[in-house]
Amino acid sequence: MLKLEQKELIDLLRQMLVIRRFEEKCAEMYALGKIGGFLHLYIGQEAVAVGAISVLRPDDYVIASYREHGHALAKGSDPGKVMAELFGRADGLCKGKGGSMHLFDKTRNFLGGHAIVAGQIPIGTGAAFASKYEGNDQVTLCFFGDGAVNQGVFHEALNLAALWHLPIVYICENNRYGMGTSVDRATSVTNLYRRAEAYGMPGETVDGMDLLTVRERVGLAVDRARRDCIPSFIEAETYRFRGHSMADPGTYRTKDEVEEQKKHDPIFLFRDRLMADGVLKESDWKQLEREVRDIVEGAVRYADASPEPPLEWLLTDVYVSER
Amino acid sequence: MPVMTYREALNQALREEMRRDPGVFLMGEEVGVYQGAYKVSQGLLEEFGPKRVIDTPISEGGFTGVGIGAAMVGLRPIVEMMTFNFALVAIDQIVNHAAKILYMSGGQYNVPMVIRGPGGPAHQLAAQHSQSMESYFYHVPGLKVVRPGTPKDAKGLLKSSIRDSDPVIFIESELLYGTKGEVPEGEYTIPLGLAEVKREGNDVTIVAYSKMLLLALEVAEDLEKEGISVEVVDPRTLRPLDTGTIIESVRKTNRAVVMESGAGFAGIGSEIGTIISEQAFDYLDAPVERVTSANAPMPYAKNLERAKQPTKERVMKAVKKVLAVS
Repeated sequence: MLKLEQKELIDLLRQMLVIRRFEEKCAEMYALGKIGGFLHLYIGQEAVAVGAISVLRPDDYVIASYREHGHALAKGSDPGKVMAELFGRADGLCKGKGGSMHLFDKTRNFLGGHAIVAGQIPIGTGAAFASKYEGNDQVTLCFFGDGAVNQGVFHEALNLAALWHLPIVYICENNRYGMGTSVDRATSVTNLYRRAEAYGMPGETVDGMDLLTVRERVGLAVDRARRDCIPSFIEAETYRFRGHSMADPGTYRTKDEVEEQKKHDPIFLFRDRLMADGVLKESDWKQLEREVRDIVEGAVRYADASPEPPLEWLLTDVYVSER
Repeated sequence: MPVMTYREALNQALREEMRRDPGVFLMGEEVGVYQGAYKVSQGLLEEFGPKRVIDTPISEGGFTGVGIGAAMVGLRPIVEMMTFNFALVAIDQIVNHAAKILYMSGGQYNVPMVIRGPGGPAHQLAAQHSQSMESYFYHVPGLKVVRPGTPKDAKGLLKSSIRDSDPVIFIESELLYGTKGEVPEGEYTIPLGLAEVKREGNDVTIVAYSKMLLLALEVAEDLEKEGISVEVVDPRTLRPLDTGTIIESVRKTNRAVVMESGAGFAGIGSEIGTIISEQAFDYLDAPVERVTSANAPMPYAKNLERAKQPTKERVMKAVKKVLAVS
């Protein structure tokens, strides 16, 4: 914390708040029918994406699952283009062809939202492979949930990364439930970070609700990857305050549990800490809320103003050679 | 023209493209130290070293995904499936990721990779190692599927596949690796999506590729002696499919037989037969015939294995049926 300037600390808070308010707006837009399909909100987990991605260089790669709005925003994607994508509009990040679960942003080296659980893990490993092959020092952050660690390709990819010494950091966002199945009902060894031991890879668990802890631990792992091509596995213990998707009946956990977890809200924890340290005043917070509200409302205006994709686009981007 | 085996032609293509582009690398099981399970990568480790000829663990889903990620950020991976049967372990990576990333990303990320290896029936390898896999892939928008039948085509099409900007499924054949043919000297490529008339004729068109092509040419030779003139069209690439060449041939001969080594239900014969009826119906003098493998897994026993697959007799019978001769 000491190493960061006041401006940087407030910017991290702002990034988390943008994601929070953006996601709340998405829920509203979903209720209005402007967003369709599956919508998985990142509310509660903001400190993981913001803390981890904050240590990267712009040319580093990020890849994530279908709960990836926060990662795209943290990597620098324009909120208007993200919202336009969720609206299925021509000015969306992916021309309206990807949607909520498939955000990609090549200008930010954001390798996508992938919606087959764990499918992105070998692909992110491939980006790290390419960095090593090319002899540059780019690092890849590969995000996935606790539900991904029991898929075959998770294990295959970790083995390959350790075997070939690839510059990648695997970040498992353990929000305690894969959809409606708790970790202890899905996984024989519930300390997920211990999976790394099997591959001789550094593994650790961090408090995913504490932005600065995430930042510090991921920062060390990124340094190891960049300098020495040592891959790492970080389990970030976190919690999603909303359902798995908008259709979640919430029968698998109690309201009390959710309310208890909300006491560890990563945004308020960080805000209160900055206030206690004299970095942030109440008036600064109010100002920040206003700025963020403007950003999110601007995103909705941008998305609303964007046209639907033209019908000719149905058959473009199937093959490069036919573009 | 020099004569070489199908295997040597593929090896030349790999070698030439790896010399041409430092971003091309070969990855798969036993491709390096072992020199390739079918020796297609013989000598490549010596020339290009372990950085570019990479032995993998038995982990098809994992290393196919690694290839996809590397391709997204600018490399040109060639991922070898020791046999294409094992590609089913990686089919989520191929179908849900490699094929769709260009589209899902709105054209931002392409996946210029080749997934190659032998496929199709082999000798007494039984159900899990002896089957035609192309139908699993040519159904998928975003994938290209290549099925070369001769050494010349194998080389020219592999070179084009490696240079292509999209994911290419390139299926060779255990039974063709040792076959020989003329291969042009020097640099050449064959474009994807271009069929070739392998033998000209007037009475009937046979559409056949890979190992079935060789059988079709034998049949054509034999029928010539009976006064029947067979035209053999080799699509070479199944997606994109060169329908123009097939239709042009059928409009000339007015009769068509489609061969395939896979089980016939919803196979390539279903697609080509439909295209012919849609685009050349008025030219047809008989319904399109299909000669396919039986709708059963591949048996081990020699007699059953033979009975499952198209034979010369069955193809001749089909040709005579569309010609209404006995």
